[in-house]
Amino acid sequence: MTNPVLVDYLRWIVIAPLCGAAINGLAGAWLQKRFGKHAVTAVALVPIAISFVLALTAFRQLLGLEPEHRFLLDQVSKWIHIGHLKVDMAFWSDPLSSMMTLVITGIGGLIHLYSVGYMSEEPSYWRYFTYLNLFTAAMLTLVLGDSLLTLFVGWEGVGLCSYALIGFWHKEWANASAGSKAFIVNRVGDFGFVLGMFGLFWALDETGQGTLVFRELAERVHLLNGQTIAGMAAATFITLMMFVGATGKSAQIPLYVWLPDAMAGPTPVSALIHAATMVTAGVYMICRLNFLFDMAPTTLHVVAAVGTLTAFFAATIGVAQWDIKKVLAYSTVSQLGFMFLAMGVGAYTTGVFHLFTHAFFKACLFLGSGSVIHALHHEQDMRNMGGLKKYMPITFWTFLLATLALCGIPPFAGFFSKDEILWKAFSSPLGSPVLWAIGTLTAGFTAFYMFRQVFLVFYGDYRGGHAAHGHDAAHAHDAGHGHHGDPHESPSLMTIPLVLLALGSVLVGFLNVPGALGGHHLFDQWLAPVIVKAQVEHGAAAGPGAAAGHGVEAALERGEKDLERGAEALAHDAETFEHGVEHDPWEYILMGVSVSVALGGILLAWLMYRRKSIDPSTFSEAWGGGPYRAVYNKYWVDELYDATVVRGTLALSRLLSTFDRVVVDGLVNGAGWLVRQISVFEGAFDRVVVDGLVNLVGSTSLALGNRARELQTGHIYSYLYAIVIGVVVVMFARLL
Amino acid sequence: MDIGLNHYLVVGLLVFLAGLFTVLTRRNAIGVLMGVELVLNSANINYIAFSRFGSGGYEGQIFSIFVIMLAAAEAAIGLAIVLGIYRKFKTIDVEEVDSLRG
Repeated sequence: MTNPVLVDYLRWIVIAPLCGAAINGLAGAWLQKRFGKHAVTAVALVPIAISFVLALTAFRQLLGLEPEHRFLLDQVSKWIHIGHLKVDMAFWSDPLSSMMTLVITGIGGLIHLYSVGYMSEEPSYWRYFTYLNLFTAAMLTLVLGDSLLTLFVGWEGVGLCSYALIGFWHKEWANASAGSKAFIVNRVGDFGFVLGMFGLFWALDETGQGTLVFRELAERVHLLNGQTIAGMAAATFITLMMFVGATGKSAQIPLYVWLPDAMAGPTPVSALIHAATMVTAGVYMICRLNFLFDMAPTTLHVVAAVGTLTAFFAATIGVAQWDIKKVLAYSTVSQLGFMFLAMGVGAYTTGVFHLFTHAFFKACLFLGSGSVIHALHHEQDMRNMGGLKKYMPITFWTFLLATLALCGIPPFAGFFSKDEILWKAFSSPLGSPVLWAIGTLTAGFTAFYMFRQVFLVFYGDYRGGHAAHGHDAAHAHDAGHGHHGDPHESPSLMTIPLVLLALGSVLVGFLNVPGALGGHHLFDQWLAPVIVKAQVEHGAAAGPGAAAGHGVEAALERGEKDLERGAEALAHDAETFEHGVEHDPWEYILMGVSVSVALGGILLAWLMYRRKSIDPSTFSEAWGGGPYRAVYNKYWVDELYDATVVRGTLALSRLLSTFDRVVVDGLVNGAGWLVRQISVFEGAFDRVVVDGLVNLVGSTSLALGNRARELQTGHIYSYLYAIVIGVVVVMFARLL
Repeated sequence: MDIGLNHYLVVGLLVFLAGLFTVLTRRNAIGVLMGVELVLNSANINYIAFSRFGSGGYEGQIFSIFVIMLAAAEAAIGLAIVLGIYRKFKTIDVEEVDSLRG
């Protein structure tokens, strides 16, 4: 990579929301009381605006550079310089970072605006915006960090803010525990991330080239060839560990369980954190480390498999949910699965593009559902909704557009991104028709449950009685409201972001039109400098020979060749952008298949929930109702985790606590008892022996004195007698 | 037989012993004083004896007059003390007067 352009304004992109969080955090309550909520709003929104403007500046600056030189660096200060580890506090902006920054500040800004309307009745208004700004700052650190360590700081920061925001209405036990669940499950993933970081640095340091800075990693990663950690190839171990971190943060199997529960938080939070930004951190990280993942085809296969499985799994759960936000939550998990599928077949930029389009339409969907929830006074059960089309037209139309985008109907954004993923899953050397088939089936399910949602919420008759009241995650706030009778459209502060996001969902797809449809893959081209060509050398897979079986070795070697072919294929694609070369007819066929499947899903939903010509119970009762109950109960995964991991941990902690009480405290108390016994003995010794001696001296003198006293008879004659005896003695002593 | 120096000395000794015995054993305080007189007189006999038979000179006899005078003075004081004792203790039995007993 060539030398970066040094700038000094990137840091403000991160620092501005940080300041906003600090001011609102320390003085927000006072500001709100003294000047009202508008003061807090100003303190919260101005930094985001500043960050957005700076992000645009960075973007424009990058545009003005040659593609190989698109690289801004802002060195803030020295941070860690220990041994070979040199990590500075520095932010960089390359095509990927600048795109992510624009998404975070742009869509994040719209969500901040929306929140002003949504949370207008909230007494802890200032606390909400503090966390929201803090989250934005952390997320920006994540994408702007120039080293894995800085990324990790942001990674942890968003986890913390996610916890704080999910459990925002913490007085309800369910909300607080959902926040804790998110944080703890994330932490499990973070452990994998940290192990991966350690492994990476350690393995590189074997050759004295340890580093965690991305641009240096890109140059030095080939040094991992031939190294092993824990019996497998270093690159494979590291990437697997990092992927564990990604499953935690980006809600893939097995660490996705926190995301549906996270719907306990306010809806704008769900839109920002669990649709547009935080959950995409895992995808970002893999794209950032694409050169590392290219060296580990095993991991890529795992990533693709997990992503596909998660996508399908979550989609099946989504069809049976009645809570409007839960459907969207499982949809997010499912779409993230698609992104990981793309990463796993080596189509990094395609996955990131889906991240980009998904941010628009998923945020729009969540905000739209928030609008519905807000209008119905925190009603979230779709069975109590219906017919909202006529009461909330703006919400309806934006929701519909975003849904069409999500379902992958051309010419909306989701079509271009999802379809590209499916095509790459089929055609990439790392992909397979099986992955494509499951992905397409999932797309069908997606279309079905999304339109099921649309029909249930917006069409038909309004089923919500005036007795409809807040459900699961809402906090009671009806006291000051009263029931307004029919629901009405939300205020413009909430509908303007909806409109803008819906517009995005419609238009941004055209940023990456594939060559097969006459486009130029602009988005992929923009991100191309970020994807370092595969640096697989012969022998990369030879490391773990001892532990791996023959079959695995052969597969690894095949993977190697696949990568080389894949890299060639990508390069080939890049060359053919401008030349309009004939495209593989399969691409058109698959495109047609995926659109048809999506339309089929929509048709089924229409028949079941609009025309009502197919009774939903034909499916829910099918095969004795077993499959339906399984998906309705989310395959009982939470119950499984509770019975095994949670109870296991609690049992372990009880065991350790008993050990602490009995053994450790026992020892300490025993020592105390021993000291006490010794002191009793010592006291006795002191009393008997020492005091005895002293008393003995005294009593001896007394006794002597008593005897001596007897000389004092008081009788004259005895004294005279003594004198006489004395005289006689003296006289005779002279004679002797 | 001739009465020589020794005879006088023995008499003096006997009187001394008698006086000593009287001092040590009498219960009556005045009896004790009598004993003291006897002792003093025995000393007188000694002086006289040596004055008559010894190296001569009349110092012995002169000294003996002093002793008599002394004895008289001492008897007077002793009787005064006995009077005081009687006033205090209402008795002149020496065994009763043992306030200085330890």
